Amino acid sequence: MTSIGTGYDLSVSTYSPDGRLFQVEYAGKAVDNSGTAIGLRVKDGVVLAVEKLTQSKMLVPGSNLRIQAADRHIGIATSGLLADTKHIVNRVRDEARSYRDIYGIPIPAKVMAERLGLYVQAYTSYSSVRPFGCSTLIGMVDEDGPQLYMVEPSGNFWGYHACAVGKGKQVARTELEKLKLADMTARQAIKEATRVIYTAHDEAKDKEFELELTWISDETNGRFERVPKELVAEAEAYAAESLSAEMDDDE
Amino acid sequence: MSSVNFKSTRATQAATPITHSGGPVVTGTSVLGIKYKDGVMLAADCLASYGSLARFRDVDRLQPVGEHTVVGASGDIGDFQYVQDLLEKSMIHEFYTADGHALATPHIYSYLSRLMYQRRSQMNPLWNSYLVGGLNDSGEPFLGYIDLIGTTYQSSTIATGFGAYLAQPILRKAVEGRENEITEEEAIKIIDDCMRVLFYRDARSLNKFRRAKVTKEGVTVTEPYSLTTEWGFAENIIGYGA
Repeated sequence: MTSIGTGYDLSVSTYSPDGRLFQVEYAGKAVDNSGTAIGLRVKDGVVLAVEKLTQSKMLVPGSNLRIQAADRHIGIATSGLLADTKHIVNRVRDEARSYRDIYGIPIPAKVMAERLGLYVQAYTSYSSVRPFGCSTLIGMVDEDGPQLYMVEPSGNFWGYHACAVGKGKQVARTELEKLKLADMTARQAIKEATRVIYTAHDEAKDKEFELELTWISDETNGRFERVPKELVAEAEAYAAESLSAEMDDDE
Repeated sequence: MSSVNFKSTRATQAATPITHSGGPVVTGTSVLGIKYKDGVMLAADCLASYGSLARFRDVDRLQPVGEHTVVGASGDIGDFQYVQDLLEKSMIHEFYTADGHALATPHIYSYLSRLMYQRRSQMNPLWNSYLVGGLNDSGEPFLGYIDLIGTTYQSSTIATGFGAYLAQPILRKAVEGRENEITEEEAIKIIDDCMRVLFYRDARSLNKFRRAKVTKEGVTVTEPYSLTTEWGFAENIIGYGA
């Protein structure tokens, strides 16, 4: 952190001499400290999964959701500061609603990513605000089929076959790259997503976590849904099995 | 200062007087609904009239809302389309929680009735009569009526518009007291017989209908279909200027 004390990291409206915006980079650090979030775009749908690190054992399971619906066909998975993610989800919902009001059809994925990207970028341009401390995965099914986008704190966004953010992103990306996503069904992707989340989870540092799993696929009629309990159990069994197989290989 | 504001306020009011909705423009005629053994059945024709002109002949006036509800509309089609948008918006808003709960028929009925009453109280009613059909919280058939002044009632047979005069007596005779016996086949026959009477007698009707049923399995709306008619008697009608 050589930038500390130079004075160029205090405002997002001042560049450093080598052309960086340190506040945006710090926002990225907030994302890196958060539980892993992953998205998989496969042939018949999108699967979003989050490793939700539980702050307290007294929290009711299912609280502080990190994957939420923004329309019937939109799932939003977030990684970073929880309060910021709630604001982002509200914004995505507003955009989805306004698009329906004006055009009478569900918002396409590319338009949603563009709109959210522009909104997030605006918070990197004024000294009166700070950038969002969160990255957002947008999983959608529109007329062009399943779509996955990620919007970063800088406002940059790209479309992905699969992506990962948060603490375990390096491990998760390595695992995701091995998958044959184009031939995979959403049903299979649920299993792989669960395995990746369990693989990326660092048991030494973070003990407890709750797995959030959602999908949009042909099986859900193009609607965002939380993955049913039976499928989650099946996926967790698959994840546990492949993890222990890996352990055996190591020995 | 205050007098300046007062003047400008008066000027604004003079420029835009308060207006009220004048009446329906493009209209749909009767909607019929009955309860039967498995649920609720509704029917409406596909015509949207512009006065006496048969202006649009492929209009769907039966709107499924959620898993177990159908809303059928007579009256102004534009107002109905606005209500369809509002209902869609409410359903999506409820979907955000993604907890497996959705608005059920009694909730949609209540929402629509409050909307209609609010608008009439603003002296700007939505010019419709609605039938809301579906299942209540315990899975029993639900059928309710709402009109443009916010009047509501529930019954095992309801008909809006001209159907209130022509079809309602037939429906009552066929259904009342037998709600738990009527099979789907019989319900279809009752509804079709009434739609045929309406087509014969209602000059704003069309021999092209859709029928919807709501059962535990969900909502199904048929494709448009026609009924057989017999006009041989028309030769013998004397009078009416002929």
